[in-house]
Amino acid sequence: MTRSERLQVSDMLATDGKWFSGEGPQADAVLSTRVRLARNLRGIRFPGRALAEELSAVMHRAENAAVGVRELTDRTLVPMTSLGVLERQFLLERHLISYDLASSEGQGGLIFSLDEGVGVMINEEDHVRIQALKPGFQLDECYQAANQIDDQLEASMEWAFSDEFGYLTACPTNVGTGLRASVLLHLPALVLTKKIKKVLSGVTQVGLAVRGFYGEGTDVLGNFFQISNQITLGEKEAQALLNLERVIRQLLEYEEKARGVLLKDAREQIEDKVMRAMGVLSHAHLLSSEEAIGLASAIRLGITLGMEDLPAIGVLNEVLLYSQPAHLQLMADREMNTAERNAYRAGFIRSRLAGTAAA
Amino acid sequence: MKCESCGVAEATIHVKEVKNDAISELHLCEKCAREKGYHSMVEKGKLSIASQLVWMAENLYPEGPARMGTVQCSECGLRYSEFLKTGRLGCASCYRDFAVQLKQILRRVHGSVRHVGKAPGKEGQQFERRRQIQALHEELERAVEREEYEKAAELRDRIRAMEAEGAAEEHPPEEAHVSGGEREDSLDA
Repeated sequence: MTRSERLQVSDMLATDGKWFSGEGPQADAVLSTRVRLARNLRGIRFPGRALAEELSAVMHRAENAAVGVRELTDRTLVPMTSLGVLERQFLLERHLISYDLASSEGQGGLIFSLDEGVGVMINEEDHVRIQALKPGFQLDECYQAANQIDDQLEASMEWAFSDEFGYLTACPTNVGTGLRASVLLHLPALVLTKKIKKVLSGVTQVGLAVRGFYGEGTDVLGNFFQISNQITLGEKEAQALLNLERVIRQLLEYEEKARGVLLKDAREQIEDKVMRAMGVLSHAHLLSSEEAIGLASAIRLGITLGMEDLPAIGVLNEVLLYSQPAHLQLMADREMNTAERNAYRAGFIRSRLAGTAAA
Repeated sequence: MKCESCGVAEATIHVKEVKNDAISELHLCEKCAREKGYHSMVEKGKLSIASQLVWMAENLYPEGPARMGTVQCSECGLRYSEFLKTGRLGCASCYRDFAVQLKQILRRVHGSVRHVGKAPGKEGQQFERRRQIQALHEELERAVEREEYEKAAELRDRIRAMEAEGAAEEHPPEEAHVSGGEREDSLDA
Protein backbone atom coordinates (compact mmCIF):
# COMPACT_ATOMS: atom_id res chain seq x y z
CA MET A 1 0.00 0.00 0.00
CA THR A 2 1.30 3.38 -0.97
CA ARG A 3 0.64 6.09 1.55
CA SER A 4 2.00 9.50 1.42
CA GLU A 5 1.42 12.84 3.06
CA ARG A 6 3.57 14.53 0.45
CA LEU A 7 2.59 14.81 -3.13
CA GLN A 8 5.08 12.76 -5.15
CA VAL A 9 4.94 14.87 -8.27
CA SER A 10 7.69 12.95 -10.03
CA ASP A 11 5.68 9.72 -9.59
CA MET A 12 2.58 11.46 -10.86
CA LEU A 13 4.32 12.78 -13.94
CA ALA A 14 4.96 9.22 -15.09
CA THR A 15 2.21 8.31 -17.50
CA ASP A 16 2.22 4.51 -17.18
CA GLY A 17 -0.99 2.99 -15.90
CA LYS A 18 -2.83 6.30 -15.72
CA TRP A 19 -6.41 6.63 -16.82
CA PHE A 20 -5.58 8.95 -19.71
CA SER A 21 -2.99 6.70 -21.34
CA GLY A 22 -5.63 4.07 -22.04
CA GLU A 23 -8.13 4.41 -24.81
CA GLY A 24 -11.72 3.94 -23.70
CA PRO A 25 -14.85 3.45 -25.81
CA GLN A 26 -15.19 6.12 -28.48
CA ALA A 27 -11.98 7.72 -27.29
CA ASP A 28 -11.58 9.56 -30.59
CA ALA A 29 -14.50 11.88 -29.83
CA VAL A 30 -14.83 11.46 -26.05
CA LEU A 31 -11.78 12.44 -23.99
CA SER A 32 -13.09 11.44 -20.62
CA THR A 33 -16.15 10.73 -18.53
CA ARG A 34 -16.43 11.92 -14.97
CA VAL A 35 -18.96 11.29 -12.21
CA ARG A 36 -18.97 12.91 -8.82
CA LEU A 37 -21.18 12.44 -5.78
CA ALA A 38 -21.56 15.22 -3.21
CA ARG A 39 -21.99 14.15 0.42
CA ASN A 40 -21.96 15.83 3.82
CA LEU A 41 -21.59 14.43 7.30
CA ARG A 42 -24.62 14.52 9.54
CA GLY A 43 -24.40 16.93 12.45
CA ILE A 44 -21.52 19.04 11.10
CA ARG A 45 -22.03 22.37 9.39
CA PHE A 46 -21.14 22.55 5.71
CA PRO A 47 -17.49 23.54 5.06
CA GLY A 48 -18.29 27.17 4.25
CA ARG A 49 -19.73 27.67 7.73
CA ALA A 50 -17.85 25.14 9.83
CA LEU A 51 -15.14 25.89 12.38
CA ALA A 52 -11.53 24.90 11.70
CA GLU A 53 -11.70 22.10 14.28
CA GLU A 54 -14.88 20.71 12.70
CA LEU A 55 -13.17 20.66 9.32
CA SER A 56 -10.12 18.92 10.64
CA ALA A 57 -12.43 16.35 12.26
CA VAL A 58 -14.01 15.79 8.84
CA MET A 59 -10.51 15.28 7.37
CA HIS A 60 -9.67 12.67 9.98
CA ARG A 61 -12.93 10.83 9.53
CA ALA A 62 -12.54 10.77 5.76
CA GLU A 63 -8.95 9.59 6.10
CA ASN A 64 -10.01 6.74 8.39
CA ALA A 65 -13.02 5.83 6.25
CA ALA A 66 -10.81 5.62 3.15
CA VAL A 67 -8.83 2.78 4.77
CA GLY A 68 -11.71 0.40 4.10
CA VAL A 69 -12.29 1.42 0.50
CA ARG A 70 -11.12 -1.15 -2.07
CA GLU A 71 -10.70 1.36 -4.88
CA LEU A 72 -8.41 3.41 -2.63
CA THR A 73 -6.12 0.60 -1.47
CA ASP A 74 -3.18 2.34 -3.13
CA ARG A 75 -3.86 5.89 -2.24
CA THR A 76 -2.28 9.22 -1.58
CA LEU A 77 -3.66 11.65 0.96
CA VAL A 78 -2.79 15.28 0.46
CA PRO A 79 -3.83 18.04 2.83
CA MET A 80 -4.15 21.26 0.83
CA THR A 81 -2.12 23.10 3.46
CA SER A 82 0.90 20.99 2.50
CA LEU A 83 0.82 22.18 -1.09
CA GLY A 84 2.34 25.17 -2.81
CA VAL A 85 0.61 27.19 -5.51
CA LEU A 86 2.21 25.20 -8.33
CA GLU A 87 1.26 21.81 -6.89
CA ARG A 88 -2.33 22.93 -6.42
CA GLN A 89 -2.45 24.17 -9.98
CA PHE A 90 -1.01 20.82 -11.08
CA LEU A 91 -3.80 18.85 -9.38
CA LEU A 92 -6.35 21.21 -10.91
CA GLU A 93 -4.91 20.69 -14.40
CA ARG A 94 -5.00 17.00 -13.69
CA HIS A 95 -8.79 17.22 -13.00
CA LEU A 96 -8.20 15.81 -9.51
CA ILE A 97 -9.35 18.89 -7.63
CA SER A 98 -11.68 21.77 -8.40
CA TYR A 99 -10.78 25.41 -8.70
CA ASP A 100 -12.49 26.03 -5.34
CA LEU A 101 -10.36 23.49 -3.54
CA ALA A 102 -7.19 24.62 -5.31
CA SER A 103 -7.73 28.17 -4.08
CA SER A 104 -9.04 27.32 -0.62
CA GLU A 105 -7.02 28.38 2.40
CA GLY A 106 -8.84 26.10 4.81
CA GLN A 107 -8.66 22.49 5.87
CA GLY A 108 -9.25 20.90 2.50
CA GLY A 109 -7.71 17.72 1.21
CA LEU A 110 -7.60 15.11 -1.47
CA ILE A 111 -7.39 11.33 -1.38
CA PHE A 112 -6.76 9.66 -4.73
CA SER A 113 -5.88 6.31 -6.22
CA LEU A 114 -2.55 5.45 -7.84
CA ASP A 115 -4.00 5.49 -11.37
CA GLU A 116 -5.77 8.79 -10.54
CA GLY A 117 -9.02 7.20 -11.70
CA VAL A 118 -10.87 7.80 -8.42
CA GLY A 119 -10.54 10.47 -5.78
CA VAL A 120 -12.24 12.03 -2.81
CA MET A 121 -12.12 15.78 -2.30
CA ILE A 122 -12.53 16.75 1.33
CA ASN A 123 -13.96 20.03 2.59
CA GLU A 124 -14.49 21.56 -0.77
CA GLU A 125 -17.96 23.09 -1.02
CA ASP A 126 -19.26 19.89 0.61
CA HIS A 127 -17.51 17.71 3.19
CA VAL A 128 -16.93 14.93 0.71
CA ARG A 129 -16.95 14.76 -3.06
CA ILE A 130 -16.36 11.35 -4.51
CA GLN A 131 -15.05 11.35 -8.08
CA ALA A 132 -14.45 8.75 -10.74
CA LEU A 133 -12.70 9.57 -13.99
CA LYS A 134 -12.35 7.26 -16.98
CA PRO A 135 -11.13 7.60 -20.55
CA GLY A 136 -13.67 7.61 -23.35
CA PHE A 137 -17.40 7.25 -22.94
CA GLN A 138 -18.03 5.26 -19.73
CA LEU A 139 -20.91 6.79 -17.81
CA ASP A 140 -22.16 3.65 -16.10
CA GLU A 141 -18.67 2.47 -15.22
CA CYS A 142 -17.87 5.83 -13.64
CA TYR A 143 -21.10 5.89 -11.67
CA GLN A 144 -20.55 2.33 -10.44
CA ALA A 145 -17.06 3.22 -9.24
CA ALA A 146 -18.21 6.37 -7.43
CA ASN A 147 -21.28 4.63 -6.03
CA GLN A 148 -19.24 1.75 -4.66
CA ILE A 149 -16.91 4.16 -2.92
CA ASP A 150 -19.96 5.90 -1.46
CA ASP A 151 -21.29 2.56 -0.16
CA GLN A 152 -17.98 1.78 1.48
CA LEU A 153 -17.47 5.23 3.00
CA GLU A 154 -20.99 5.06 4.36
CA ALA A 155 -19.94 2.22 6.66
CA SER A 156 -18.20 4.79 8.83
CA MET A 157 -19.60 8.12 7.64
CA GLU A 158 -23.19 9.01 8.42
CA TRP A 159 -24.40 11.26 5.62
CA ALA A 160 -26.77 14.19 6.01
CA PHE A 161 -29.91 12.94 4.29
CA SER A 162 -33.59 13.76 4.34
CA ASP A 163 -36.47 11.73 2.93
CA GLU A 164 -37.75 14.79 1.22
CA PHE A 165 -34.62 16.35 -0.27
CA GLY A 166 -32.22 13.41 -0.38
CA TYR A 167 -28.51 13.98 0.20
CA LEU A 168 -28.16 17.49 1.59
CA THR A 169 -25.53 19.69 -0.06
CA ALA A 170 -24.23 23.19 0.49
CA CYS A 171 -25.64 24.33 -2.83
CA PRO A 172 -29.27 23.51 -3.64
CA THR A 173 -28.27 22.82 -7.24
CA ASN A 174 -26.68 19.55 -6.06
CA VAL A 175 -29.24 18.41 -3.50
CA GLY A 176 -30.97 15.05 -3.97
CA THR A 177 -28.67 12.58 -5.63
CA GLY A 178 -25.61 14.83 -5.36
CA LEU A 179 -24.72 13.37 -8.74
CA ARG A 180 -22.95 15.30 -11.45
CA ALA A 181 -21.94 13.32 -14.50
CA SER A 182 -19.96 15.02 -17.21
CA VAL A 183 -18.54 13.99 -20.52
CA LEU A 184 -15.72 15.83 -22.27
CA LEU A 185 -16.37 15.78 -26.01
CA HIS A 186 -14.27 16.78 -28.98
CA LEU A 187 -16.59 18.07 -31.72
CA PRO A 188 -14.42 19.74 -34.38
CA ALA A 189 -16.53 18.71 -37.38
CA LEU A 190 -19.66 20.30 -35.92
CA VAL A 191 -17.65 23.47 -35.30
CA LEU A 192 -16.18 23.53 -38.81
CA THR A 193 -19.55 22.94 -40.44
CA LYS A 194 -20.99 25.71 -38.23
CA LYS A 195 -23.67 23.44 -36.80
CA ILE A 196 -22.37 23.50 -33.25
CA LYS A 197 -24.40 26.45 -31.96
CA LYS A 198 -27.68 24.97 -33.03
CA VAL A 199 -26.82 21.52 -31.70
CA LEU A 200 -25.67 22.82 -28.33
CA SER A 201 -28.68 25.05 -27.83
CA GLY A 202 -30.76 21.89 -28.12
CA VAL A 203 -28.61 20.33 -25.37
CA THR A 204 -29.25 23.16 -22.94
CA GLN A 205 -32.95 22.97 -23.62
CA VAL A 206 -33.17 19.44 -22.23
CA GLY A 207 -31.70 20.46 -18.89
CA LEU A 208 -28.03 19.72 -19.53
CA ALA A 209 -25.15 22.16 -19.15
CA VAL A 210 -22.40 22.90 -21.66
CA ARG A 211 -19.03 24.15 -20.51
CA GLY A 212 -15.45 24.51 -21.71
CA PHE A 213 -12.39 22.32 -21.15
CA TYR A 214 -11.81 23.09 -17.50
CA GLY A 215 -15.40 23.01 -16.33
CA GLU A 216 -17.52 25.71 -14.81
CA GLY A 217 -17.02 29.20 -16.16
CA THR A 218 -14.27 28.34 -18.60
CA ASP A 219 -13.99 29.08 -22.31
CA VAL A 220 -14.35 26.61 -25.07
CA LEU A 221 -10.86 25.79 -26.32
CA GLY A 222 -9.83 23.41 -29.07
CA ASN A 223 -13.42 22.38 -29.84
CA PHE A 224 -13.71 20.59 -26.50
CA PHE A 225 -17.10 20.70 -24.84
CA GLN A 226 -18.08 19.41 -21.45
CA ILE A 227 -21.69 18.26 -21.21
CA SER A 228 -23.21 17.50 -17.80
CA ASN A 229 -26.52 16.88 -16.07
CA GLN A 230 -27.99 19.64 -13.94
CA ILE A 231 -31.01 18.00 -12.38
CA THR A 232 -30.29 16.18 -9.12
CA LEU A 233 -33.72 16.22 -7.50
CA GLY A 234 -36.82 14.26 -8.52
CA GLU A 235 -34.91 12.03 -10.90
CA LYS A 236 -33.20 8.73 -10.09
CA GLU A 237 -29.47 8.38 -10.73
CA ALA A 238 -30.06 5.82 -13.47
CA GLN A 239 -32.49 8.15 -15.23
CA ALA A 240 -30.12 11.12 -15.08
CA LEU A 241 -27.34 8.99 -16.55
CA LEU A 242 -29.62 7.64 -19.24
CA ASN A 243 -30.77 11.11 -20.27
CA LEU A 244 -27.19 12.29 -20.52
CA GLU A 245 -26.14 9.19 -22.41
CA ARG A 246 -28.91 9.60 -24.98
CA VAL A 247 -27.97 13.19 -25.68
CA ILE A 248 -24.25 12.38 -25.93
CA ARG A 249 -24.99 9.52 -28.36
CA GLN A 250 -26.97 11.91 -30.48
CA LEU A 251 -24.20 14.51 -30.43
CA LEU A 252 -21.70 11.84 -31.50
CA GLU A 253 -24.01 10.89 -34.34
CA TYR A 254 -24.25 14.51 -35.48
CA GLU A 255 -20.47 14.82 -35.25
CA GLU A 256 -20.09 11.69 -37.37
CA LYS A 257 -22.43 13.10 -40.00
CA ALA A 258 -20.54 16.40 -40.01
CA ARG A 259 -17.30 14.46 -40.55
CA GLY A 260 -18.92 12.85 -43.57
CA VAL A 261 -19.82 16.27 -44.94
CA LEU A 262 -16.26 17.51 -44.45
CA LEU A 263 -14.79 14.50 -46.21
CA LYS A 264 -17.20 14.87 -49.08
CA ASP A 265 -17.03 18.63 -49.57
CA ALA A 266 -13.64 19.70 -48.31
CA ARG A 267 -11.29 16.71 -48.05
CA GLU A 268 -8.24 18.53 -49.41
CA GLN A 269 -8.67 21.60 -47.24
CA ILE A 270 -9.15 19.45 -44.13
CA GLU A 271 -6.16 17.25 -44.88
CA ASP A 272 -4.09 20.34 -45.45
CA LYS A 273 -5.25 21.83 -42.15
CA VAL A 274 -4.42 18.65 -40.26
CA MET A 275 -0.97 18.21 -41.76
CA ARG A 276 -0.10 21.88 -41.27
CA ALA A 277 -1.10 21.49 -37.62
CA MET A 278 1.10 18.41 -37.43
CA GLY A 279 3.99 20.34 -38.96
CA VAL A 280 3.71 23.29 -36.58
CA LEU A 281 3.20 21.17 -33.48
CA SER A 282 6.18 18.96 -34.35
CA HIS A 283 8.60 21.72 -35.26
CA ALA A 284 7.65 25.00 -33.60
CA HIS A 285 10.00 26.48 -31.02
CA LEU A 286 7.43 28.65 -29.27
CA LEU A 287 3.89 27.53 -28.54
CA SER A 288 1.25 29.20 -26.40
CA SER A 289 -1.15 26.99 -24.53
CA GLU A 290 -4.02 28.10 -26.72
CA GLU A 291 -2.15 27.41 -29.94
CA ALA A 292 -1.04 23.98 -28.78
CA ILE A 293 -4.60 23.00 -27.85
CA GLY A 294 -5.90 24.25 -31.21
CA LEU A 295 -3.27 22.31 -33.16
CA ALA A 296 -3.81 19.15 -31.14
CA SER A 297 -7.52 19.50 -31.86
CA ALA A 298 -6.88 19.62 -35.61
CA ILE A 299 -4.74 16.48 -35.43
CA ARG A 300 -7.42 14.66 -33.45
CA LEU A 301 -9.83 15.54 -36.22
CA GLY A 302 -7.42 14.00 -38.74
CA ILE A 303 -7.32 10.80 -36.68
CA THR A 304 -11.11 10.54 -36.57
CA LEU A 305 -11.24 11.09 -40.33
CA GLY A 306 -8.98 8.07 -40.77
CA MET A 307 -5.92 9.99 -41.95
CA GLU A 308 -2.65 8.10 -41.66
CA ASP A 309 0.77 8.87 -40.16
CA LEU A 310 -0.66 10.70 -37.18
CA PRO A 311 0.21 10.11 -33.52
CA ALA A 312 -2.06 7.96 -31.34
CA ILE A 313 -4.95 9.52 -29.41
CA GLY A 314 -3.19 8.68 -26.14
CA VAL A 315 -0.16 10.75 -27.18
CA LEU A 316 -2.39 13.70 -27.98
CA ASN A 317 -4.13 13.36 -24.63
CA GLU A 318 -0.75 13.54 -23.00
CA VAL A 319 0.23 16.58 -25.06
CA LEU A 320 -2.97 18.32 -23.96
CA LEU A 321 -2.53 17.46 -20.30
CA TYR A 322 1.21 18.00 -19.96
CA SER A 323 1.48 21.24 -21.89
CA GLN A 324 -0.49 23.07 -19.21
CA PRO A 325 1.45 25.64 -17.17
CA ALA A 326 1.91 23.81 -13.85
CA HIS A 327 2.76 20.54 -15.58
CA LEU A 328 5.49 22.26 -17.59
CA GLN A 329 6.97 23.96 -14.56
CA LEU A 330 6.99 20.79 -12.49
CA MET A 331 8.56 18.83 -15.35
CA ALA A 332 11.21 21.53 -15.66
CA ASP A 333 11.49 21.68 -11.88
CA ARG A 334 11.58 25.48 -11.91
CA GLU A 335 9.20 28.41 -12.09
CA MET A 336 8.80 29.88 -15.55
CA ASN A 337 7.12 32.96 -16.95
CA THR A 338 4.83 32.81 -19.96
CA ALA A 339 7.60 33.28 -22.54
CA GLU A 340 9.77 30.62 -20.93
CA ARG A 341 6.81 28.27 -20.77
CA ASN A 342 6.05 28.77 -24.46
CA ALA A 343 9.58 27.67 -25.33
CA TYR A 344 9.55 24.74 -22.90
CA ARG A 345 6.10 23.65 -24.11
CA ALA A 346 7.23 23.59 -27.73
CA GLY A 347 10.30 21.59 -26.76
CA PHE A 348 8.28 19.08 -24.77
CA ILE A 349 5.77 18.56 -27.58
CA ARG A 350 8.54 18.27 -30.19
CA SER A 351 10.22 15.52 -28.27
CA ARG A 352 6.94 13.80 -27.43
CA LEU A 353 5.88 13.71 -31.08
CA ALA A 354 9.29 12.81 -32.46
CA GLY A 355 9.16 9.34 -33.92
CA THR A 356 5.46 8.85 -33.18
CA ALA A 357 4.39 9.72 -36.71
CA ALA A 358 5.42 11.42 -39.89
CA ALA A 359 6.83 14.35 -37.96
CA MET B 1 -61.76 18.91 22.35
CA LYS B 2 -64.60 19.18 19.82
CA CYS B 3 -64.09 20.19 16.21
CA GLU B 4 -64.36 23.96 15.82
CA SER B 5 -66.11 23.60 12.49
CA CYS B 6 -68.85 21.00 13.01
CA GLY B 7 -68.79 21.03 16.82
CA VAL B 8 -69.66 17.34 16.89
CA ALA B 9 -66.69 15.16 16.20
CA GLU B 10 -63.48 15.07 18.24
CA ALA B 11 -60.82 17.45 16.90
CA THR B 12 -57.78 15.45 15.82
CA ILE B 13 -56.15 17.86 13.39
CA HIS B 14 -54.56 20.92 14.93
CA VAL B 15 -53.60 23.62 12.51
CA LYS B 16 -51.35 26.56 13.27
CA GLU B 17 -51.33 29.31 10.70
CA VAL B 18 -48.89 32.17 10.44
CA LYS B 19 -50.13 35.13 8.49
CA ASN B 20 -48.68 38.63 8.73
CA ASP B 21 -46.74 37.55 11.80
CA ALA B 22 -49.96 36.63 13.67
CA ILE B 23 -50.46 33.03 14.67
CA SER B 24 -53.93 31.55 14.64
CA GLU B 25 -54.92 28.06 15.74
CA LEU B 26 -57.60 25.81 14.34
CA HIS B 27 -58.80 22.48 15.77
CA LEU B 28 -60.69 20.24 13.36
CA CYS B 29 -61.99 16.73 12.97
CA GLU B 30 -60.64 14.69 10.07
CA LYS B 31 -63.73 15.21 7.94
CA CYS B 32 -63.81 18.99 8.30
CA ALA B 33 -60.03 19.21 7.87
CA ARG B 34 -60.38 17.35 4.60
CA GLU B 35 -63.19 19.64 3.50
CA LYS B 36 -61.11 22.71 4.29
CA GLY B 37 -58.30 21.45 2.07
CA TYR B 38 -55.92 20.12 4.71
CA HIS B 39 -56.19 16.61 3.31
CA SER B 40 -52.50 16.03 2.85
CA MET B 41 -52.07 16.73 6.56
CA VAL B 42 -54.76 14.24 7.41
CA GLU B 43 -52.93 11.63 5.39
CA LYS B 44 -49.56 12.25 6.87
CA GLY B 45 -51.10 12.52 10.31
CA LYS B 46 -47.95 12.77 12.34
CA LEU B 47 -46.37 15.80 10.72
CA SER B 48 -44.44 18.19 12.88
CA ILE B 49 -45.71 21.71 13.38
CA ALA B 50 -42.80 23.04 11.34
CA SER B 51 -43.62 20.94 8.32
CA GLN B 52 -47.32 21.81 8.64
CA LEU B 53 -46.38 25.46 8.49
CA VAL B 54 -44.27 24.79 5.45
CA TRP B 55 -47.10 22.89 3.82
CA MET B 56 -49.55 25.69 4.46
CA ALA B 57 -47.24 28.45 3.38
CA GLU B 58 -46.84 26.60 0.11
CA ASN B 59 -50.43 25.66 -0.45
CA LEU B 60 -52.39 28.48 1.12
CA TYR B 61 -50.07 31.39 0.40
CA PRO B 62 -48.63 30.65 -3.01
CA GLU B 63 -47.42 34.25 -3.24
CA GLY B 64 -44.66 33.19 -0.84
CA PRO B 65 -43.75 34.21 2.66
CA ALA B 66 -43.80 37.95 3.15
CA ARG B 67 -40.77 37.94 5.39
CA MET B 68 -38.49 36.15 2.97
CA GLY B 69 -34.87 37.01 3.53
CA THR B 70 -35.10 37.74 7.23
CA VAL B 71 -35.44 34.14 8.31
CA GLN B 72 -32.46 32.67 10.09
CA CYS B 73 -31.42 29.01 10.44
CA SER B 74 -32.04 27.91 14.01
CA GLU B 75 -29.02 25.61 13.90
CA CYS B 76 -26.15 27.43 12.20
CA GLY B 77 -27.49 30.99 12.32
CA LEU B 78 -27.23 31.57 8.57
CA ARG B 79 -29.59 34.28 7.40
CA TYR B 80 -31.62 33.63 4.30
CA SER B 81 -30.36 36.92 2.88
CA GLU B 82 -26.78 35.60 3.21
CA PHE B 83 -27.77 32.48 1.32
CA LEU B 84 -29.20 34.62 -1.46
CA LYS B 85 -25.83 36.36 -1.75
CA THR B 86 -23.58 33.29 -1.68
CA GLY B 87 -25.89 30.56 -2.98
CA ARG B 88 -24.52 28.28 -0.25
CA LEU B 89 -26.43 26.93 2.72
CA GLY B 90 -24.79 26.60 6.12
CA CYS B 91 -25.91 23.21 7.39
CA ALA B 92 -28.39 20.38 6.93
CA SER B 93 -30.95 22.19 9.11
CA CYS B 94 -31.07 25.11 6.65
CA TYR B 95 -33.07 22.77 4.40
CA ARG B 96 -35.67 22.42 7.15
CA ASP B 97 -35.75 26.03 8.27
CA PHE B 98 -35.70 27.56 4.78
CA ALA B 99 -37.87 24.83 3.27
CA VAL B 100 -40.56 27.22 2.06
CA GLN B 101 -38.23 29.45 0.09
CA LEU B 102 -35.97 26.62 -1.00
CA LYS B 103 -38.85 24.67 -2.48
CA GLN B 104 -39.52 27.54 -4.86
CA ILE B 105 -35.89 27.52 -5.90
CA LEU B 106 -35.71 23.73 -6.17
CA ARG B 107 -38.82 23.61 -8.29
CA ARG B 108 -37.30 26.14 -10.65
CA VAL B 109 -33.87 24.48 -10.81
CA HIS B 110 -34.84 20.81 -10.78
CA GLY B 111 -38.51 20.86 -11.67
CA SER B 112 -39.15 18.86 -8.51
CA VAL B 113 -39.08 19.17 -4.74
CA ARG B 114 -38.81 15.50 -3.82
CA HIS B 115 -35.87 13.10 -3.86
CA VAL B 116 -36.43 9.76 -5.56
CA GLY B 117 -32.89 8.42 -5.87
CA LYS B 118 -30.48 6.52 -3.68
CA ALA B 119 -30.69 6.62 0.11
CA PRO B 120 -27.95 5.67 2.57
CA GLY B 121 -27.90 1.91 3.31
CA LYS B 122 -29.06 2.01 6.89
CA GLU B 123 -31.77 4.49 6.05
CA GLY B 124 -32.36 3.18 2.57
CA GLN B 125 -34.69 0.40 3.68
CA GLN B 126 -36.59 2.64 6.06
CA PHE B 127 -36.83 5.28 3.37
CA GLU B 128 -38.23 2.71 0.96
CA ARG B 129 -40.73 1.53 3.58
CA ARG B 130 -41.95 5.05 4.21
CA ARG B 131 -42.38 5.45 0.47
CA GLN B 132 -44.45 2.25 0.35
CA ILE B 133 -46.56 3.30 3.33
CA GLN B 134 -47.27 6.58 1.59
CA ALA B 135 -48.37 4.68 -1.52
CA LEU B 136 -50.62 2.41 0.57
CA HIS B 137 -52.20 5.46 2.18
CA GLU B 138 -53.08 6.76 -1.26
CA GLU B 139 -54.49 3.38 -2.24
CA LEU B 140 -56.49 3.31 0.97
CA GLU B 141 -58.02 6.66 0.21
CA ARG B 142 -59.06 5.51 -3.24
CA ALA B 143 -60.58 2.34 -1.74
CA VAL B 144 -62.60 4.42 0.72
CA GLU B 145 -63.80 6.69 -2.07
CA ARG B 146 -64.98 3.67 -4.01
CA GLU B 147 -66.56 2.29 -0.83
CA GLU B 148 -64.47 -0.88 -1.02
CA TYR B 149 -64.40 -1.26 2.72
CA GLU B 150 -63.02 -4.77 2.85
CA LYS B 151 -60.06 -3.77 0.75
CA ALA B 152 -59.69 -0.61 2.83
CA ALA B 153 -59.56 -2.62 6.05
CA GLU B 154 -56.96 -4.89 4.56
CA LEU B 155 -54.88 -1.92 3.43
CA ARG B 156 -55.20 -0.32 6.87
CA ASP B 157 -53.89 -3.51 8.47
CA ARG B 158 -50.96 -3.61 6.09
CA ILE B 159 -50.15 0.02 6.80
CA ARG B 160 -50.31 -0.61 10.54
CA ALA B 161 -48.09 -3.66 10.27
CA MET B 162 -45.53 -1.79 8.17
CA GLU B 163 -45.59 1.17 10.49
CA ALA B 164 -45.06 -1.06 13.52
CA GLU B 165 -42.19 -2.79 11.76
CA GLY B 166 -40.70 0.56 10.84
CA ALA B 167 -41.08 1.94 14.36
CA ALA B 168 -39.37 -1.13 15.80
CA GLU B 169 -36.40 -0.73 13.46
CA GLU B 170 -36.07 3.00 13.59
CA HIS B 171 -36.50 3.22 17.37
CA PRO B 172 -35.52 -0.16 18.78
CA PRO B 173 -36.76 -0.64 22.36
CA GLU B 174 -33.95 0.11 24.78
CA GLU B 175 -34.78 -2.99 26.80
CA ALA B 176 -33.45 -5.13 24.03
CA HIS B 177 -29.95 -3.80 24.67
CA VAL B 178 -30.02 -4.18 28.46
CA SER B 179 -28.54 -7.45 29.49
CA GLY B 180 -28.62 -7.18 33.27
CA GLY B 181 -32.41 -6.91 33.44
CA GLU B 182 -32.23 -4.06 35.98
CA ARG B 183 -35.01 -2.23 34.27
CA GLU B 184 -38.45 -2.37 35.81
CA ASP B 185 -40.27 -2.19 32.52
CA SER B 186 -38.81 -5.45 31.27
CA LEU B 187 -40.37 -7.28 28.38
CA ASP B 188 -42.02 -9.75 30.77
CA ALA B 189 -43.98 -7.07 32.61
